[in-house]
Amino acid sequence: MTSVTIAPGSADISAAPRIAGSGRGRAWGYVARKAGLLLLTLWAAITLNFILPRLMPGSPADAALAKLAQNGPVSEGTKAAIEAQLGVPTGNILEQYVAYLHQVITLDFGVSYTFYPQSVSELVSTALPYTLVLVGVVTIIAFVLGTLLGVLAAWKRGTWLDTLPTLAGSFASAFPYFWTALLLLFFAGYVGRLFPTSGAYGPTASPQFTIGFLGDAIYHAALPALTILITSLGGWILGMRNTMISTIGDDYVTFAEANGLKPRTVALRYAARNAILPNLTSFGLALGGVVGGSILVERVFGYPGIGYLLFNAVTNQDYPLMQALFLMITVSVLIANFLVDILYGVLDPRTRR
Amino acid sequence: MSTQSIPPSTRAVRAIEEASIAPAPSPLKVVLRVASTVWSNGKARIGIIILGLMILIAVFAPLLAPYGARQNGFDRSADASAAHWLGTTAAGEDVLSQLIWGAQISIFVGLVAGLLSTVIAVLVGLSWGYVRGFGADVINFIVNLFLVIPGLPLMIVIAAYLSGGGIGMIIVVVVITGWAWGARVLRSQTQSLRSRDFVTAAVFSGERPFRIVFREILPNMTSLIVGNFFGAATAAILAEAGLEYLGLGDTTVVSWGTMLFWAQNSNALLTGQWALLFAPGLCIALLATSLTLINFGVDGISNPRLREGSKR
Repeated sequence: MTSVTIAPGSADISAAPRIAGSGRGRAWGYVARKAGLLLLTLWAAITLNFILPRLMPGSPADAALAKLAQNGPVSEGTKAAIEAQLGVPTGNILEQYVAYLHQVITLDFGVSYTFYPQSVSELVSTALPYTLVLVGVVTIIAFVLGTLLGVLAAWKRGTWLDTLPTLAGSFASAFPYFWTALLLLFFAGYVGRLFPTSGAYGPTASPQFTIGFLGDAIYHAALPALTILITSLGGWILGMRNTMISTIGDDYVTFAEANGLKPRTVALRYAARNAILPNLTSFGLALGGVVGGSILVERVFGYPGIGYLLFNAVTNQDYPLMQALFLMITVSVLIANFLVDILYGVLDPRTRR
Repeated sequence: MSTQSIPPSTRAVRAIEEASIAPAPSPLKVVLRVASTVWSNGKARIGIIILGLMILIAVFAPLLAPYGARQNGFDRSADASAAHWLGTTAAGEDVLSQLIWGAQISIFVGLVAGLLSTVIAVLVGLSWGYVRGFGADVINFIVNLFLVIPGLPLMIVIAAYLSGGGIGMIIVVVVITGWAWGARVLRSQTQSLRSRDFVTAAVFSGERPFRIVFREILPNMTSLIVGNFFGAATAAILAEAGLEYLGLGDTTVVSWGTMLFWAQNSNALLTGQWALLFAPGLCIALLATSLTLINFGVDGISNPRLREGSKR
């Protein structure tokens, strides 16, 4: 007989026994639970990154040696030297895993095949700030702007304020990221000559904290930023609009209206405030999409961030660099999701139970 | 339990149930009603028309395309002319012909990958929504992992390891990374349905879990599943184009993604061949938009609030 008892609550992996306690204790319990889940997910992602190349046919060392072999025969001595130099894993799978975990913890991912003799960590730390700032800032702008437009669209349902953003938004979010980027590059970069066509700063500048350099960097980041904004805005508008339409139908909104509150107050303080929660959940998940899209955008604009580096690593079969970049991207997204979860808990006390 | 004889009381309940419920409408009627609900939505109608045109173009590509997809020997990087409406590529191929032939790949990948990820999403989502305990926790963890790991980087990495794979490889990669979202949505719907009375009644009448999940619960989620299919197909089309644009996959196949790959690699930006840059991307965008638009109508099947014309 299958069990028919209906357990209360969700089947969350971290569902801890519920202990009646003070609100503060419960809040810390929530944070601890989420942190535990983060650690577990981090471990799973790190392990996936370890398993993935080992599931695939061929090995990184073979690829590197094949490249060398194009120039002539490779002797056994050279082969051993290259394997040692590039940090090719030796020993059984368990030893490899331990060595790999050690690498991850010490952030030592060996040397890049492509940019030899630069170390992978060096390359990643040079590229990371560009992507973090670009994607982070633009995603927050898109979220705030899109949510506001979504509120407006739902509140003015059926008018042009609804139809125009909804249609434009759904059309723009169906654009392939890289195509929007190519069009902007072509018209604003090559034809209009309004913006630079590649790089993160001018040829004469060097990275430093001065007003001049920051201005130059913003000028170079404008087109990539605009691309990400255009393609991600629609999703926020649509998401907010749809949840907002549901909350508008709820009794407490009707009650607020019946009490004679100003429409603006009802829209923002009653309906939107409750509708924003589901949108916030998608914020964490959408971040992964934006990070992925930024790879294509960076490729189009030759913007020297993580995405462009990943593209270079992939085209050159630079496996150590590729692995480290994938790990870096995943870990950043996981941490961002964790922060959103915490924020969600702060905003919605019900989730803390 | 199922092997035991059914107690008389249950038999009586069943008899009453069978007598009181209205006969289920025939599948054809359901499909027609769903189709008319979707069609009645203006946005969805536009989407259906665009998608229909695209499919026709893909099917009749051999008749419509003026030249072969890889037929070269024309002037290189030529501008639009009477012989080549959209000009030629840097390799001397006709852009319009490539565009028409390319429709086949995008639509094929979109539909197949969309279908496969939906099937996985349904299987995982429904059984996950129904089981409880440790099994559910494990699935929860795996699905969440696939949800938070950024899809495109994962696709790029897998595609790089499987370098040289063609369309099949791209479909596999897209499905691996694309099923989790649907599974999660279908799971929460399953969870809310399983506490309804008709499921409890089915449990008490001794139906096996498999039958309850796929015969009792599944039909109630048709609109979600259809919506999930169109969503997954849109994502698949965009992902395929992105992967091909990066040169992962078979660059000798003519598709909209590889057209853009070759356009960028042959410096079409510098030579000013706007048609070569503009047309493939527009086609991808139109195809993806048509699926998104159809989904507006699909939303209306289950949620009358989202139907057009209905006011709150």
